[in-house]
Amino acid sequence: MTRGPTWFNITSLVLGFSFLYLPIVLLVIYSFNESRLVTVWGGFSTKWYASLLQNEQLLDAAWVTLRVAFASATIATVLGTLAALILVRSGRFMGRSLFSGMIFAPLVMPEVILGLSLLLLFVAMGTARGFWTVMLAHTTFAMCYVAVVVQSRLVGFDKSIEEAAEDLGCPPVKTFFLITLPIILPGVIAGWMLAFTLSLDDLVIASFTTGPGATTLPMKIYSQVRLGVTPEINAVCTILVGLVTICVIAASLVTKRQQVQRERDERAAFGADG
Amino acid sequence: MAPGGSILSSRFWVGAVLAKKSIGPVRREFVPWENSDHPPFIEFRGVTKKFGEFVAVRNLSLKIYEKEFFALLGGSGCGKTTLMRMLAGFETPTSGQIFLDGQDLAGIPPYRRPSNMMFQSYALFPHMNVEKNIAFGLKQDSMPAREIEARVSEMLRLTKLEQFAQRKPHQLSGGQRQRVALARSLAKRPKVLLLDEPLGALDRKLREETQFELMNLQEELEMTFLIVTHDQEEAMTVADRIAVMDKGELVQVATPAEIYEAPNSKFVADFIGDVNLIEAKVTGKSDAGTRLVSVVDGFVIDSDQETEAGLGETVWYAIRPEKVRIAQGRREEGQVNQIDGLVWDIAYLGDVSCIHSKVGEDDHDTIRATFANISRMVENPITWDDEVVLSFNRDAGVILKG
Ligand SMILES: Nc1ncnc2c1ncn2[C@@H]1O[C@H](COP(=O)(O)OP(=O)(O)OP(=O)(O)O)[C@@H](O)[C@H]1O
Ligand SMILES: [Mg+2]
Repeated sequence: MTRGPTWFNITSLVLGFSFLYLPIVLLVIYSFNESRLVTVWGGFSTKWYASLLQNEQLLDAAWVTLRVAFASATIATVLGTLAALILVRSGRFMGRSLFSGMIFAPLVMPEVILGLSLLLLFVAMGTARGFWTVMLAHTTFAMCYVAVVVQSRLVGFDKSIEEAAEDLGCPPVKTFFLITLPIILPGVIAGWMLAFTLSLDDLVIASFTTGPGATTLPMKIYSQVRLGVTPEINAVCTILVGLVTICVIAASLVTKRQQVQRERDERAAFGADG
Repeated sequence: MAPGGSILSSRFWVGAVLAKKSIGPVRREFVPWENSDHPPFIEFRGVTKKFGEFVAVRNLSLKIYEKEFFALLGGSGCGKTTLMRMLAGFETPTSGQIFLDGQDLAGIPPYRRPSNMMFQSYALFPHMNVEKNIAFGLKQDSMPAREIEARVSEMLRLTKLEQFAQRKPHQLSGGQRQRVALARSLAKRPKVLLLDEPLGALDRKLREETQFELMNLQEELEMTFLIVTHDQEEAMTVADRIAVMDKGELVQVATPAEIYEAPNSKFVADFIGDVNLIEAKVTGKSDAGTRLVSVVDGFVIDSDQETEAGLGETVWYAIRPEKVRIAQGRREEGQVNQIDGLVWDIAYLGDVSCIHSKVGEDDHDTIRATFANISRMVENPITWDDEVVLSFNRDAGVILKG
């Protein structure tokens, strides 16, 4: 039965994707606009990218964002990996389902609520808000995503590989770094990239938890746009889109590779003829 | 030795040797278990392992000697792997002690035990190539790099894996992976090598080859091997002694020939090889042996064995099919160890043929006789519904209680 795409299918596909991507494509195109007017094409130019480099405020915000994203992604990866290990490995323990529920709840929790509750916590603790509070807030919600990604990798992990290492004289902690971590590394890397991206473009939680001197790029852009869209903003957004795209593609490539690798590993571990 | 093995007490053995009689061919003069002063190398002393309420190993005591090739045999779920994992340190006995070379293993973690294990699933490190897999254990001992290199290439040569040294596990065939797992567990020259169904995934030919490879290795490296297997033929091929397990307990521990020719219970007789079990009543006892009368068909069995069962008690006479002769005709009046039968089923297996003969009213009352197909052509062959006479020698079977 050969049934090619119908006109209806093609039209809805085109409409759907245009709806999704046309704004972004326009944004990218207009970032190379010679004219200062956002809606009038005045010829190709990269001058807004050059002028970006002069814009101290935007550069500051970008620097803060990158630092926050890097630090929170890294901490979230460590914590998320540990959480996943405990969830998969420790068998049944008191409150296990509560724990796993609590790990995954922030995935579906509205960001506003997460941001607000963190704000209240920081206020109650009397913490000065700024770089550290944003970083902590991002760590909190990114950790859950990392836990999910790493857990999927751990579920197919044959425990006897670790036992074999210990049997050959390798103590447990060393076994984790020599055997377990290298095998689950693709999952950990994918988790890190996911956490990095999430932190990079978060507006809501950052707005709640930041303080003076730690304005992130999404916040800066948002506040500038209220004063009118400038081609400079288009340029910075284009860069951001590029960065996020690279991260997402890299993460999915790593995950894809991880799947292929896992299938091969499983065949290797279970000794099927191949 | 299990209590039921009394006919195999040292007295029996001395007698057997004097009479130049032995059970099966003699492979090597290695019988440390005959000598009660010989210190065991591995000893389980009253070991019990429970998983919750379930008892996987029940009050088990066992001695294994240095340089012995010891096989654990038993049905699925009888506790073989659990026993081995306790020795390797992955499970802790609920009660009882395990000694290795005189040292109590309690509290010693797996990575400090002098045994190495070859996992049934191979458990190769998927991110390391063959060479690194083999070298892993040696690196943990911080052996100098040059010695590691030498040992690894020796292991590669031994297991004929030289040309695969740089490959990752997923680039190997099942048999090659199995050899990597073997090389990895051998590399450290452990005092004890534990093999958990090591040849399970191999085809018959490769399996037989590897069995002999294993035996040669064990003799060459003078290590103690403990092998778990489902396959009784494999156990009989490689092992000096076999332990038959059932529901977490040892039923019999003896050499392969003793296990086969002198099983101590119905379970062992039935589990190892093929056997005819004939229910019979004891009707006479003398120094020369025992006289039994079969419950089915009432034929008389004259055995050279003594039995603890009293007169009139019901016992089982176990006789292997290859020890039953079959011929056309009827039994001679008044003769013992002869049974009238009717050919019920014939199985031609190439090297041997097996004939099922009906000896009673019930369809289940059959006796199997196998014989080697010595000639390619047979004149007047036995066929379905033939009247046959089954006969056997006085020393062909064993008398087993209940
Ligand atoms: N971790 C565990 N928790 C609960 N029960 C277990 C555990 N490990 C083993 N058992 C049980 O203990 C019994 C013995 O298991 P074991 O793995 O030793 O069997 P086995 O003799 O090796 O069987 P097989 O020949 O099938 O490998 C089985 O009934 C099994 O279900
Ligand atoms: Mg097992």
